[in-house]
Order: sequence, then C-alpha cells, then structure tokens
Amino acid sequence: MPINVLMPALSPTMTEGKIARWLKAEGDQVKSGQVLCEIETDKATMEVEAVDEGTLAKILVPEGTENVKVNEPIAIIAADGESVSAAASGAPAAAKAAPAAAAPVAAPAVHASPAAVQSADEPDMGETKVMTVREALRDGMAEEMRRDEAVFLMGEEVAEYQGAYKVSQNLLQEFGPRRVVDTPITEQGFAGLAVGAGFMGLKPIVEFMTWNFSMQAIDQIINSAAKTLYMSGGQMGCPIVFRGPNGAASRVAAQHSQCYASWYAHCPGLKVVSPWSAADAKGLIKAAIRDPNPVLILENEILYGTSGPVPVSADYVVPIGKAKIVRPGKDVTITAFSIMVGKALAAAEELAKQGIDAEVIDLRSIRPLDTETIVNSVKKTNRLVSCEEGWPFSGIGSEIGMRMMEECFDWLDAPVKRVHGLDIPLPYAANLEKLALPQAEWIVDAAKSVLYRN
Amino acid sequence: MAPQPPKKKSKADDVVPNSGDLLKYYRDMLLIRRFEEKAGQMYGMGLIGGFCHLYIGQEAVVVGMQSAITPQDSVITSYRDHGHMLACGMDPGGVMAELTGRIGGLSKGKGGSMHMFSKEKNFYGGHGIVGAQVPLGTGLAFAYKYRGLQNVSLTYMGDGAVNQGQVYESFNMAQLWKLPVIFIIENNRYGMGTSIERASSTTDFFHRGAAHGIPGEAVDGMDVLAVREAGIRAVEHARTKGPIILEMQTYRYRGHSMSDPAKYRQKEEVEKMRTQRDPIENLAKVILEAKHADEAKLKEIDREVKDIASRAAEFAQNSPEPPVEELYTDVLVEAR
Ligand SMILES: Cc1ncc(C[n+]2csc(CCOP(=O)(O)OP(=O)(O)O)c2C)c(N)n1
Ligand SMILES: [Mg+2]
Repeated sequence: MPINVLMPALSPTMTEGKIARWLKAEGDQVKSGQVLCEIETDKATMEVEAVDEGTLAKILVPEGTENVKVNEPIAIIAADGESVSAAASGAPAAAKAAPAAAAPVAAPAVHASPAAVQSADEPDMGETKVMTVREALRDGMAEEMRRDEAVFLMGEEVAEYQGAYKVSQNLLQEFGPRRVVDTPITEQGFAGLAVGAGFMGLKPIVEFMTWNFSMQAIDQIINSAAKTLYMSGGQMGCPIVFRGPNGAASRVAAQHSQCYASWYAHCPGLKVVSPWSAADAKGLIKAAIRDPNPVLILENEILYGTSGPVPVSADYVVPIGKAKIVRPGKDVTITAFSIMVGKALAAAEELAKQGIDAEVIDLRSIRPLDTETIVNSVKKTNRLVSCEEGWPFSGIGSEIGMRMMEECFDWLDAPVKRVHGLDIPLPYAANLEKLALPQAEWIVDAAKSVLYRN
Repeated sequence: MAPQPPKKKSKADDVVPNSGDLLKYYRDMLLIRRFEEKAGQMYGMGLIGGFCHLYIGQEAVVVGMQSAITPQDSVITSYRDHGHMLACGMDPGGVMAELTGRIGGLSKGKGGSMHMFSKEKNFYGGHGIVGAQVPLGTGLAFAYKYRGLQNVSLTYMGDGAVNQGQVYESFNMAQLWKLPVIFIIENNRYGMGTSIERASSTTDFFHRGAAHGIPGEAVDGMDVLAVREAGIRAVEHARTKGPIILEMQTYRYRGHSMSDPAKYRQKEEVEKMRTQRDPIENLAKVILEAKHADEAKLKEIDREVKDIASRAAEFAQNSPEPPVEELYTDVLVEAR
C-alpha cells in the first residue's frame, strides 16, 4: 500500500501551515529520518522528517502553498517493491481519515478577531497599523529601550533564540547582548538579580518563559520587589517589569496552565495588568516600563498571534488602572480580562441575537482595579457577570463581587455571577480540558441567569 | 580537586553481561527509539497535543542505569520521560494512551506526556518544572533511609536543570544525611536552545557536588555498557556511603520539543552524532562482531519492537477519552 504523507501538526497551536520547500523530488529514495520538506508553522520554519521508507512517488502539494490544513495529504511514498507510477496515480483519499481527536489542536474557536471591535471605544489612537499582539509587545519594548538606556530585557531564550514564543524577535540584533540577556534556567536567581539591579536604578524587564515558572521566583517578586519600598521607608524601590504568557495554552496540562491574576493581585506593592488587544499590549507594556514600581504583565500565548490596529506613535501609553468598555450595552455588564475578553464579546454577540444588550468591560488592569468604571456600568445595567480563566476561590470575581456589595449594592437587581475555570488542576485530555476552561456559552448562561431569563 | 569517584572494584563489577543481557539492552533501547518515532508521527497527526519531548539519541542512559538496579529502586525524572517509563517496564500502550489523553493512559489521560507515574513500577514521574524533581528524588532516598531499606533513588535531571538552586539544596541535604541517591545529569549539551557553554560557568557537571563532598563521574552516555558499569559502581556507593553524581554525556537528535526548529546547532553536529555515536547501532556492532547474535536475530528484534510500538499506538487511538466524571476525581483523597 502506498503511504500518504500528511501535513503534520508541529506545535500545540498549529492548525495549518505553508509548505516552504521540498527537499526531496519525485522519484527520490527516502529513508526514515531524512528531511522531506520544510514547513512554516505559526511560530517557526520546521523540517519534516520521513517516518516511512520507500520512493517519493508524488508530491501532492507544491512548495509555496499556504494554508495547508493539518492532516491533509501532501505526498505519496511508494514502499520498497511497490510500483511508483501506480502509487502516484492512487487516490490520496486512501489516507487514514484524521481521527476525531485531532480537532482539539485548533485554537479555541470562540476567540473572535479583536480587530473587529477593539477600536470601538478609543477614538484618539492616531495613526494605526495592524499588527499582532506579539509584535505590539516587541515594539513597545523596543521603543522604551531606545528611549531609556537603563531598560534591559533578561530571561530564558530571549536573545539568540529570539524568545521561546518569539516575543523578543530582533531585539538582540538591535540592542546587543548587553541589553538582551539570555539567562540560565534559574528563575529565583535572575528574578532576584534583576530586583537588585532595579535598586541601583536600572529598569529590568524580566521575561518568564511562562508565568508558571515564576513560582520558582515568587519569593523575590513578593518579598523583595513588592515590599522593599515600604520596608526602607521609601528610600529604595524597584522599577521592574515581570512579564510572560499566563493561563492555559493548548493541552499543556496542569503544571503549565495556571492563571496568576489572583495570586499576584493579592499583594500590595505590585501592579498587575493583563491586556487583550494588540493596542493595549503595546500601550500597557510601555506604561509598565515607565512606571517606577514593580509591574507584572500577564500575557497570553493564544493571543500572541491575534492582530488589531496599534497606534504607531511612540507616545501612545495606556494608563495603568483604567478599564475599557469594549462593547457598550444597557442590559447586563460583563467584565473580563485577557483571553476572556474575546469570549465575552462572542457571548455578547450571541446575547444580542436573543435580544439582550450586554456591556463588555475589558479590565486591562487587575491591580489597581478600575472599580469606578464597573460601578458606573452596573448603575446603568443593574447586573454583573465577572469572567476569568482562573480558579474561583479568592479569584478576581470574588473581589469584584465584594466591591459591588460595598459600592453599589442598591443598584444590583440580581446577585453578581462568576464565570471561571473549574476548581481543579487543568487536565490534559482534550475533552476534559475543554470542559474545564470557561467558554462563551457559560457567559451567555450566566448573563441570562442574572437577567432571570433562563 | 573534586572528590574522586570510588575506584575500588565492587563485586557487581564482575557481572559481565552475557549474550542474553546484551540482546536485552539492544531490544530495550530499540523499543524506546521506535516508540518515540511513533509518538512523533502521532503528534504530527494531531493525536498528541501540548508538549512532547522525545528521548531519541539518549536511550543508552536509561537502559544502562536500569540494568544496574533492582525493581524496588525508584526512578524520577523531568518531562523528557517516555524512555524512563519504558525502561522501568511500564506498559507501552499505557504510556502512549497517556500521550493521546485517553482513559487507558497511565494517568487516565489527565497528566499527558510530561506527567506520568507508576507506583507499581516505582516510577515517581514525569515533572514539568525544570529541576523540581531533584528535591523530590532526594526525598525518596530520605524515605528509604528512614525506613531502613536498602533501595536507591535514581534522580535524573538535564544539563539545564543542573543550574537550578534547589539542586544544590538537595546536594547539601543528601550528603549531610548520607542519603542513598544517585543524581544523574543527562548532559545532552542543550537546554532548549541554549548550549551548555552559554548557560553554565563550568560545564564539567560531575564536579558540581564537589562543594558538598559528593563524588562524581563523567560517563559516555552513548555507550550502554559504560553506563551500566558506572551505574553498578554508583549503586554500591549510594547504598553504602551516600549520594553520588553521574554525568551522562549524551545527545538528543530531535528538537527540544515537537515545535522546536533547532536552529541553534549545526546539522553536521547532529549528523555526526547519529552516524558515529548512535548507541543502538554501536551495540549492534558489538553484538555482531562478538557473534552474540546474527543480523537475522537483530532484524527479528526490530520487528518485535516495531510491532509493540504499533500496538501501543493502536491502543492509544482506540482507548476512549476519559469520562466527564474524571474532571473532579483525584483532586484530594477522601479522609477516613
Ligand atoms: C522552572 C522552569 N523553567 C523553565 C521551563 C521551560 N523549560 C522546559 S524544558 C527547558 C530546558 C531544560 O533543559 P535540560 O535541563 O537540559 O533538559 P533537556 O530538555 O535537555 O532534557 C526549559 C527552559 C520549565 N519547564 N520550568
Ligand atoms: Mg539538556
């Protein structure tokens, strides 16, 4: 039986890719381990090795083809002893159909394109350019590094590898190894070292490959970065930024999929922001770098590849502590941050179809929390749903709910409802993972329940 | 000067492997290789998600070490763990079904590639946080000593992990309390995209216990017989005297994980290791030259392990997804 070579999935988030180059031609012998072709994924260009042996009978997808779906047949290999011409003419449909389990590789479908809505509320962004969140973060860092020589970036794989998630692309090339520093895998060490450098007036940006690994360094973040200003009676503080992807990515399981918003927002002496749109990613990273305090930026791997208009002006800075109404509405208020904003907007679309006009607030900043914007919205809608990906216990939703009791209890026509991740470590299995992470439908249900429309 | 490894020959040293042993090492290494190739293929088909770190190239390390211990001794390692599990005798179908996230997986599909365990086979994981398994492995040794058992804890870590602070906290306690632990540093020359020279002030990792008086030895980790010999000596030392470090000089052929384009090293470097140092091909040569077996026998072994890998893959695809109830099980045990 001739063997169909299928378009492989080469990263946790890849759903399609481009055949950049064929390294074998039709008629060539292939042995297992030899490179067949190069494929551009959402993150990098990867070599694809043959797993089967025989003769490359036919190339089904020529080089240069873009958007080739994972599991689509791309070539046919005739096994040793088989007729090459017969194999080449064989229908590729003979490929084993991709099993249903392949589906979860796709990024969450609910994540609507931020570009569609994000310009709704902020008119004076000036001239904009469409770029990804990844590029916006990079540009924000680069602009601040040009502006202030004391700013430097350090972390694992930030320099030569160009960032584990390619956020620091080209920074080494522009700023050199003195200011873009690859570290050993020693989070507590380099986080503490950066805090010390901050005491001396440098302005470190510390990248955690993901926030999960900040737990190695949490003592330095809280006990050293957050408290020294207070303990020294205001003599020395620490103008530092800690940043990296936060929350679940795709199937990376319990130890690599946690939301730290509530953990760090708990601590006085820290500021915590978590952007959703590309414009805010740039505006907030710049604000964080300019801020004289420790600021933590909780980014999101799945959002890195999403695009939106971003102001080109190097003076565009988003103030820390200001939420943003990303969809005005009058019937119910929905608060969210990071990836949950996209899900909240998708939920609002669905609610609109059912005659419910939801107002969606992107918190952007977790600490300080823009209580005023939420309260004003609740005074209008009288109902509130809070969304977050993390766990419910002492979550951001708990804090928001309590503040509503304190500040606008009389305006509420229903108890505040929380949408959050299930109260369990994140399971690996595709079906369980999906059930454990909050979806747009959960938000729709919660909104209807505070409107007593269920 | 770092403390020298024990020079005295132990009686176990004289246990020269016979033809059957050699064929077993060959088979066990080849099983890991074929299993990992299959896993890579299934990842490409979207059947495995998330991170998947293959062990291809490093097979001699676990197979050699496993031949030096008893089933009562324990093993703990990082996320690059499939090889360790197969070497511990864990069911290939159960490992593969964990990779596909199915109920037949060793963690019922809830842990995935990086987080697998087997109490029965004394395999304590599968840990996703770089370096975290080192204090845990030291704790396993603490428990052996506490209970008065003769077992040893094999605690594996990478060349990148060896810089983590908790490794040195563990070294200190292990030597302070003379715990039966063998710290095995799998030096495959890279931690993700960073070569050892760019991450470590000194790269002779076997010296890393010197400040604590822990002896260390550099071992050719591409040679299963060299690993085995060093392993036998180390087990003897750990059982009678306390901790010891083995630095396994090895190499991974594939990228760090499935999504790593591996642009940080020359193709020639990988090619050279594959063609000249391959642990499986080199053992095959030893076997053939000394006539422990013929080509046909080796081919037969290859067929056998390929078949095991295929059956594991089949099981992993046919095993159902975990039922919804599994979401809330195993968070805590019922207190009685
Ligand atoms: C504390 C922590 N930091 C960072 C990571 C991300 N990470 C995963 S593997 C790895 C490289 C580890 O290299 P090494 O210890 O040499 O092991 P190898 O992958 O070569 O087996 C990194 C940085 C992590 N999992 N945990
Ligand atoms: Mg390594």
